[in-house]
This record gives sequence, structure tokens and C-alpha cells, in this order.
Amino acid sequence: MLTGATERHGDLMTDRIADIWGERTPFGRGEHWPVRVDQKLADGVLETDIDRWVQSACVLCSNGCACDIAVKDERMVGIRGRAVDRVNHGRLGPKGLFGSIPGMNSRERLTRPMIRIDGQLVETDWDTAMSRIVERSKTLLAEKGPLSHGFYTSGQLFLEEYYALAVIGKAGIGTPHMDGNTRLCTATAAAAMKESFGSDGQPGSYLDIDDCDAVFLYGHNMAETQTVLWARILDRIAGPDRPFIVCVDPRETEVAKVADVHLPVRPGTNQALMNGLIRELFVHGWVDEAWVQEHTVGVDELRLVVDPWTPEKVAETCGVDADDVRRAARIFGESERVLSTVLQGFYQSAQATAASCQVNNMHLLRGMIGKPGAGILQMNGQPTAQNNRECGADGDLPAFRNWENKEHVQQLATLWGVDIDVIPHWSPPTHAMQIFRYVEQGSIEFLWVSATNPAVSMPQLERIRRILDQDSVFLVVQDLFLTETARYADVVLPAAGWGEKTGTFTNVNRTVHLSDKAIEPPGEARSDLDIFLDYSTRMGFVTNDGSPLLDWSSPEDAYRAWQECSRGRPCDYTGISYDTLRGGSGIPWPCNTENPGGVTRLYTDGVFPTEPDYCESFGHDLLTGATVGEQAFRALETHGKAVIKSAQYAPPHEEPDDDYPLRYTTGRTAYQFHTRTKTARSSQLNRAAPSAWVEISRTDADALRLAEGDIARVTSPRGEIVVPVRVGNVREGTVFAPFHYGYFDASTEVSNGHTSAANELTVTEWDPVSKQPLFKNAAVRIVKVADAVGPSDAPTTTASRPAVPGTVRLTVGGPDAEASGVVDRDAWTADRAEALS
Amino acid sequence: MMLPVYLGLLRKAEQMLASSYRQVAEGHGAEPDVYHLCQTLAQQCDQHERALAPVTERYGEQPDDEPERLHAVGISSTRTGPVGLIRDLQDLYLLANLVDVTWMMVKQAALALRDDQLVAVVGQCDAQIKVQLGWLTTRMKQAAPQALIIAK
Repeated sequence: MLTGATERHGDLMTDRIADIWGERTPFGRGEHWPVRVDQKLADGVLETDIDRWVQSACVLCSNGCACDIAVKDERMVGIRGRAVDRVNHGRLGPKGLFGSIPGMNSRERLTRPMIRIDGQLVETDWDTAMSRIVERSKTLLAEKGPLSHGFYTSGQLFLEEYYALAVIGKAGIGTPHMDGNTRLCTATAAAAMKESFGSDGQPGSYLDIDDCDAVFLYGHNMAETQTVLWARILDRIAGPDRPFIVCVDPRETEVAKVADVHLPVRPGTNQALMNGLIRELFVHGWVDEAWVQEHTVGVDELRLVVDPWTPEKVAETCGVDADDVRRAARIFGESERVLSTVLQGFYQSAQATAASCQVNNMHLLRGMIGKPGAGILQMNGQPTAQNNRECGADGDLPAFRNWENKEHVQQLATLWGVDIDVIPHWSPPTHAMQIFRYVEQGSIEFLWVSATNPAVSMPQLERIRRILDQDSVFLVVQDLFLTETARYADVVLPAAGWGEKTGTFTNVNRTVHLSDKAIEPPGEARSDLDIFLDYSTRMGFVTNDGSPLLDWSSPEDAYRAWQECSRGRPCDYTGISYDTLRGGSGIPWPCNTENPGGVTRLYTDGVFPTEPDYCESFGHDLLTGATVGEQAFRALETHGKAVIKSAQYAPPHEEPDDDYPLRYTTGRTAYQFHTRTKTARSSQLNRAAPSAWVEISRTDADALRLAEGDIARVTSPRGEIVVPVRVGNVREGTVFAPFHYGYFDASTEVSNGHTSAANELTVTEWDPVSKQPLFKNAAVRIVKVADAVGPSDAPTTTASRPAVPGTVRLTVGGPDAEASGVVDRDAWTADRAEALS
Repeated sequence: MMLPVYLGLLRKAEQMLASSYRQVAEGHGAEPDVYHLCQTLAQQCDQHERALAPVTERYGEQPDDEPERLHAVGISSTRTGPVGLIRDLQDLYLLANLVDVTWMMVKQAALALRDDQLVAVVGQCDAQIKVQLGWLTTRMKQAAPQALIIAK
């Protein structure tokens, strides 16, 4: 039993704020990850009080943990993990346990639509609000055409909602200006897979943790961003044949603390490191030449590009130890089964797609793909990001179709009953940063933002606020709360959220879950699907035969339409129905007549979706983003081979100088999600990480005469924040700030001055291929503005812990942060059944 | 032998393209991708000039006796606004094509001379110019509909 664990009602109770990952359940390689059912009920609620449990999955990170929602007297009162599910084997993380219900039950939820009258947002009825939207939309379409319209959505809606939005945007209006905040979190994952394998689609599985000999985490602070997945790794580490762990991260994260090799690279130098690691594979002959010959194209160029990147050169460029580079490469080269995971440290940094493709290349060079334990997880940042990529409410065409392939566009036109020319396919769909640029320039005059908060999450916030505030744009915001973004809206629509509507969503390793409606939404709030369908009806969008474009009346109608859209594509959903999802585990696509139970790993046969007529993309030049084009792609003669793409290292564009001598990087804490719209409403989570901070190394703090808790001003060429200092474990020369802290619950001084959001300082720049903004490359200076009145509020349980232990009060949750976790080593799970069959 | 004339034309064309990229970068700094990529591509052109240096050392460089008939003097100032952006990118496209075709002529001579060093230099530099053309095309195609139909 762990410290702080207590018995209550016969269950083991653990303070899951103090102990983020819960009790260890060690297991060995190839064994079954034991079930532990985590549960949290609201104060005073007993299991016997509960009227019913309603099936769902958690939406407070991208892991996709299956759960059941406890309902009592038509209110959500608790949550527990689903034991049978392949993703989490019953576990839930702190955000899921403590944030899911309070985030929805908050009294601050929007309950009525609002419209702007004389500069003020005032409550109104749905008909008035929707009429105002439709009137503006119709006028603009008549006067300016579809290019006047932009849609900026989320990574947190349901599949059915993205698909509805995609059809409205592409076949109803016909605008290329559609994207989601998935651009900020997961665009590079998709881009890297398209470049290497010809299509989006996660090669690996969480199951690979159970079978691997080594895990490489590239810019992935899994211990905080996917706590349940990290618990699975911790359980392997605690088991009899611990896998090697290699961590690439400028902070001493929990991952780094247990790593066999920690490479604390300078932000912005990932590509140099990757070229160096790959060079070692070549130099030491850790390349499966026969497999590479049979299953890839492009290896010769890679060999040339990486040749100069000796461990010493990597050490000099990245600020790491040359021998550590050798050791990391040796672990990769000599382990039989390596699992690689990649996240924002690569995706939001310079050369994002290039560096992420090199992770794919490492596996391709060793032929380590599609085999148990040897997998790649190009991670997502949000629970339903995958569905936005699949359904095409972002910069993709639905079901991984290729906008450069006219036949693919025709398939959509046929499916939707519209002319092919209605669907924009003259160039790639417009990415988020470019959509905001068009708004800034006044050519997009209608912007509909759903379930996201760009006023806190986008880079260079002063600019974003100015754009949202422009008179030239009619702004619709659809959300659960009156967010920082909603305050700029012309119309605010109150949305129903998780537990208040039915739909499906898909996690990082392609596992589809159903989330059933548990209760009615508050007030007049309506599901995002209902709102989109209402807009489509009011706009009069019709097919060529005059019938309504979207004739759906329920989420399941939308889902069935999506199944047809996905038929025959890599993300084939035709074998997954609402009924098959009810009661059991989530199911990984593709699932169809050939694969009735879904597919755990892709590319088991070493055949990739690179056939020119089938692939999602013909690819890009990694340095510039220039499209390769059909002709050049056909000339590669891929025919099912993966594409090894290479790129020279290019230094980040903003490097420290005399005025801004420190590197600035941003990230997340385990206790908050996104811009805290839900997690700030959880007392347990918000107490654990209530306000912003900046982390700095001891050396830099000493040089700048900064002590723990001192108030510091951090300034970049674009803005400043004024926050307490955590003297912590970030690498020397680099400072870190969490990006969660906007202004909706800040003091008047902070919110008027805009002095806490990390994105005040970030740069408006993006990766040339994935178009993902570079949140992790900026230069700043930091000066003290006031003495400490106490330590900063940064949690002590994770990467933000103080450099000197014991100097700061420990982060604990207290009585209301106790949750039960019941271990059952014999319990059945879906993946165990599969392994034994 | 007139190859030295072409080596001179090539060097000047690369220089002109580099300075034009830098001009467009400065003029369109509000488009971050244009700003950064134009800087990067200008550096590529600088590097091409350096890669040519050992070849030019061997063959020498001669001015052309013929006066220029088509006057490509590079971009000395930029336009503004969305249409201004695509027109400036279009000018870069023309200049990059001039560089590309000049490399092509030099390559033909290099092949006929069996000059392996020069063939290698051409291979490396002209491939990059082709990617530059690819990027300019990609970026212009993306920007054109908004600029030509709806921008203010």
C-alpha cells in the first residue's frame, strides 16, 4: 500500500492528486497488464445510491480511457474506469477522476444563446441567435461567396459532429477555410504518418508497451499528458524485466527521472539529434538492409543527409553528451522490440514534421513496425483529435482522401450528392494560422469557432485578441462556457457536452469508443451536432436532387453516414456499430468484413498505403512544404513501400541573443487540460495547480538573483507575462511556462494586463509541412519585479517540482482527492481475450 | 570556351535571387512562412554561390560581350497586400526559373566535359532550385483564390 492510501468502505483509497498514477501493478514482458478499476464518486454518494451507470470514455486527455458515468437523480455524480477496455484496463487519471463531472456540473455553464446588442452580449432564444447567424451567412455568401467563411473547431467534439461540420463546410458552403485546434496539437502526427506511410493511421498500439524491450519518448512528457498510459509503463518498469527508457526532453520530467538515457536537448534542435541517432544505426550496421530494400524507398538520400552528424556534432548542436547519444542509439539498435512515442516536444518545435519522420525512419531502418512491442505512437494532444483528422473538419479530406486525387474528391461528391466543383480541391484546405491571417486581412468575414479557445491557446495572443476583436468579422462561438474567446463573439451558442449527448470518438491508437447520453444538458444548451444540423437546415443546403444535404435526425444517423464515407479507406468503420460498441471494449479501426474485430497493429505485412491511387498525400518537401505532386510521387514507384524522407538540420529562426538571452518553451501540467475551461472547475485539480508560473534552472536563477516564488517578468519580442518563479529542473538556458492559464478566473489586474498566459510570448510561425505552430521555440528575457511572498503554486509531484527537494510544501489532494482503485489480476479484458484466441 | 561566361551569369543570377528573396522576406514579414522561408532560400542561394567557387577558380569567369536583351535586375522593392504578395512571389518564380535554366546549360556543358566535380555541384544546387520552384508554386496556388476573388 502506498503512502497516503487509506481504507474506506472496504476499498483502497488513494490520494490521486499526491499519487497521480495510483498503485503499482507490476507485470512482465508479454504478460497481461492487470486490471485496476479506479472510481470517484461525489462527496456523500455511495455506490448503492446510484440509479444507473452510463458508458462513455474520458475526454480530458488524448489517451481515451473507457469509463462509466454514475447518474443519480438525473445528475452525473461519479465516474469509474471500464475494466474490460483494451485502453485503460479500468484505470483513470486525476483529470478523468476529478475533472470530468465538476467540469460539466459547473454553475457557470452557458444555458442560453447570447447575441451582441449595443456592444454587450445579452441572452436570447435559439431562433433569434440562429437567425442572426444565418442572415449574416446568407448575405456574405451572396455578396462575397464561400471564401468569406471560415470554421475553426476542436479536438474535443464527437466524430458525428466533425463529420456534419465537414459536409456543411465542404459541400454546403464550399469553403477551404476549415481547421481545428487539432492544428495546434496533432497536425504533425498526421503529417509525419502521411509523409512516411502515405496516409494517416497509427501503426502501433498501447499493447506494444506490454511487449517491448525499450521505450523511446520523443518530446513526450507522458507522465503528465497521458497519465494512464504512463502507469502502464511504470508497471512494466516495476516488473521483472524492465524495458529501457530513453527520454528526449529539455526538462527533467518524471519520464527523465526513470530513463536509462535522458537527452535534454536545446529546444529547436530535434532534427540534429535524430540525424545523429540515425547515423549511429548506419555506422554500427543496426539496419535491416533486406527489409529496407523490400519495404522502403529513399534510404540512400537519408544515408547522405545524416552522414555529417557524428555524436560529437550532435552534442555541440543539441547541448547533450555525445556518449548519451551513442548509448541511446545502441539501445535502439540492439533491442529486439522498441516502442517510440512522440508528442509536443517534437510537434510544436522547429522542423516538426522532419524530426517526427525521422522517428518513423528509425523503425523503418530496423524493420520494427507492425510487430508486437515494436511500434510507433505518433501521439495526439486531445481526446477526439483523431476524428477531426478522419472526418475532415480540419485541413484534411474525409476518410484520409487525397485532395490532389480527383477520383477521391469525386467519391465525396457522389456520396454527398453535389457537383465535384463545389468541394474545394484546388489547393490544400486552409490551415488555422492562415485562416486567422485572412480574418486579420478582412477577407474572412464570418468565423465560427466551436469548442476551442484561441484567445488563450493560439500563439502571440495580443495579435489573436486584436483579430477576434475586429469589426470586420462576424464571430460565432459555440462552447460550454463564456470563454476568453466567447467574450469577443457576436453570437454565443451554449453547447451540450460530454455525458449530455451521444456520439463516438477515437483515441491515439485508433480505438473507437461510444459515449452515451447520461443526462439532459443544462438550460437550453444543445449538442454541437444539433446546432450544425439546424444551421444546415436554415441555410437550405441541398443535394443535386433537391433533398436536404444533411437529412440526419440523430447521432447514429450521422455515424452511419460516416461509415459509408469510410468504406474501403484506411480508417474503415463499416464493421463498428453503436451496438457493437455498447457493453464491451472500444474497437480499433479498420474494422470491416475482413477484420471483424478491428486491427491492433497496422502494417504487419510491411505493406503501406502508398499506392498513388489510394494514398492520402503525395507528400511534401520537409524543408519548405512544397508539394511533391502526383507525377513525382508516381516516379518514386512506392507500390506499398514506405517513404524514407530526410531533411538537413536547420537552426530555429528565433535564437537567444543579447536582448533575449533565454530559450522559452511551453507545455502542460498533469492537473490541467487545455485552457482549463473544465479542469479549473474541479476543486481538487485547481488546488493542485491553481495559477501560472515560470520554471528556471538553479544556475540561471542564481545568475539573475531569482529565488523560489519571486515575481518575474518574462518578456519576448511579442509580449510579457508576470508570474512567480519556480526554481526547477529545466535545462540551463531554457525557461518553461505552462500554457493553461488564461484570464476567465484571474484577478482584474492580471486579466486587464494579460500577464499570465504563456502564449503572450510565443511566436507566429509554423512547421512548413504540418503547419503546426511553434510553441516551443522563442527567445525571452526574465527580470525580477518583486520579492516572493511564498513559493510558486507549481506542483511538486511532476516535472515542475523544485530543484531543491523539501523547500516547497508538497502537492497533496486531501480527503476529497481520495479515489478508490481496486486491483483484480484475474479480470478479463478485451485485449487479453484477443491474445489468447 | 564560353563556359566561363555562363558561370558568371549563374553566379549573378544566384546573387540576384538571394537578394530578391531577402527583399520579399522583409516586405512581407506579416506572412511568417514567407518571411522565414525566403530567408532560408536566400541562404541556399548564397551556398550555391560558394559551391560554384572552386569550379569558377578552375575555369575562370568572363563577362558576356553581348548586352542583356531581357533585363532581369531582381526585386528592389515589394508590393503590399494579398495581390502584392502573389505578384512578388511570381517575380521570384521567374527569377528562380532563370537560375534553374542557367544551371541546366551549365550541366549540359559539365556532362560534355566529363567534369565530375561540376556535375556534382549542379546536381546538388539545381535540385534545391527545383524545390524552391515547388515551394513558390505551392504558396502561390494557395494564396491566389483569396487574393484574386475576395481580398480587399
